[in-house]
Amino acid sequence: MRRFSWFNATSLTLGFAFLYLPMILLVVYSFNESRLVTVWAGFSTKWYGELLRDQEFLDAAWVTVKVAVFSSTIATVLGTMAAYVMVRAGRFWGRTLFSGMIYAPLVMPEVITGLSLLLLFIGLGIDRGVFTIVLAHTTFSMCYVSVVVSSRLANFDRSLEEAALDLGCSHFAAFRLVTLPIIAPAVISGWLLAFTLSLDDLVIASFTTGPSATTLPIRIFSAIRLGVSPQINALSTLLIAVVTLGVITASIMSKRAAVAQARDEQAAIRAE
Amino acid sequence: MRRVVLIAVPYLWLLALFLVPFVIVLKISLSDIALARPPYLPQLDLSAGWQGVREFLSGLDLENFVFLTTDDLYWKAYLSSLRIALVSTLLTLLVGYPIAYGMARAAREWRPTLLMLVILPFWTSFLIRVYAWMGILSTEGVLNNVLLFLGVIDEPLQIMNTNTAVYIGIVYTYLPFMILPIYAALEKMDDSLLEAAEDLGCSRLQAFWLVTWPLSRNGIVAGCFLVFIPTIGEFVIPSLLGGSDTLMIGKVLWEEFFSNRDWPVASAVAVVLLAILIVPIILFQRNEQKAREAEG
Repeated sequence: MRRFSWFNATSLTLGFAFLYLPMILLVVYSFNESRLVTVWAGFSTKWYGELLRDQEFLDAAWVTVKVAVFSSTIATVLGTMAAYVMVRAGRFWGRTLFSGMIYAPLVMPEVITGLSLLLLFIGLGIDRGVFTIVLAHTTFSMCYVSVVVSSRLANFDRSLEEAALDLGCSHFAAFRLVTLPIIAPAVISGWLLAFTLSLDDLVIASFTTGPSATTLPIRIFSAIRLGVSPQINALSTLLIAVVTLGVITASIMSKRAAVAQARDEQAAIRAE
Repeated sequence: MRRVVLIAVPYLWLLALFLVPFVIVLKISLSDIALARPPYLPQLDLSAGWQGVREFLSGLDLENFVFLTTDDLYWKAYLSSLRIALVSTLLTLLVGYPIAYGMARAAREWRPTLLMLVILPFWTSFLIRVYAWMGILSTEGVLNNVLLFLGVIDEPLQIMNTNTAVYIGIVYTYLPFMILPIYAALEKMDDSLLEAAEDLGCSRLQAFWLVTWPLSRNGIVAGCFLVFIPTIGEFVIPSLLGGSDTLMIGKVLWEEFFSNRDWPVASAVAVVLLAILIVPIILFQRNEQKAREAEG
């Protein structure tokens, strides 16, 4: 029997209030009429209007989305390959180094990753901008993708793949027809993770960008260094709304996919 | 053949964009600052052949590392980063454990929702979550207004731009990393163990201390490392919430690079930071491995 006491109820309530109140306040104050963010002067959506007319923010948002789409897509391909290598390729020369390079970026301070990549780009004489941020983001997010995908790969029944090979599939066809559909949920969540990591990154982008490309976090950071502003509140609210909708949709979809898969497996067992 | 390509593509990518950049940082940390482009010496001149390589190697020295030990700014920043990371890890544990405990005790049908509520902030922009506290903690902020209104204080508290604000920011942003592993450990626990302890005469508190706490140990250790390791190199939180006296090494590195433009010293700061981090990272890996073996 699980005991649920007043103590637990209180700690959960206080805990979730701590997690959510700051963001709720941010959202509430984004609808504040006054420029002074701490004085309530009536409901208004004027900051949203101003935000949408601010060309600098719109440009930064466009750069950020471009970087996130490219880097998360390349990172998903590379990360899935890396996961496959880690789980399936067996022994090869330099395997320890390979797995070290997969795990190290996960715990590396961002300032170090950013600094080292910048020094590389300067050393090679590459012009810094969208391209270099994409390279940088791909490198750290492919490691997150490969961790997510390899845990799924390690857990599934390899005999399914072997059956496909016995039935005459090529290795690539077996991957496409059997393995990929099974690991698809992990690949998709890996992509989503890579996408949000890229959207979110300030430090690495600041190091690896040049004057031609300013991402949204860089723009936000330089604005909020000067203090709180209602326009940033409005922008934050929009970002929070997008993420919340995305996470809820993704979790409903993955729940449905899990139910469907369980049903298919049951049907397959009965058919035997 | 196909296997070779499959291995080679991610391998070469990581070598070129992860390992090689580190070697460059290491090399520049041994160089000297110079008024040139790029602003450090010596440059490797391969056209000069073997002679060029020899001259290059003889130009490298440990001067920057010696400099780090002589100027107190640096070792004070390292110590202060370690102290801030340690204190905020303990605070996060103190705040996170009761939440994870409450989640593991909640009704089964509630748990997925609670879990999602913990994960959701993790997906929201880190920068925005730190920014949210700027509006709360500033002298005209929400917290001061509420406390003044209630008559608890007579004049606004100065929390913003102090280390207190940094602690609050770290606990807030890293809380999910503490809750999730502890919850995972508590959720697996068998309740009959607690009943057995109580049948054998333990009080509830004793049962918690003797049964629940040790069984959640792996989760606690994992959570502490997940907060401690990234906090040491943290840049955003100290630069937005901290004051001019908040010394953290990530901030020092950033300023050394962007404001002073001293690349060799910035690189040396990075190399030492990495050396400091290696110990907790290895301990963390070992703890994870032990946990996996205990399960398998």
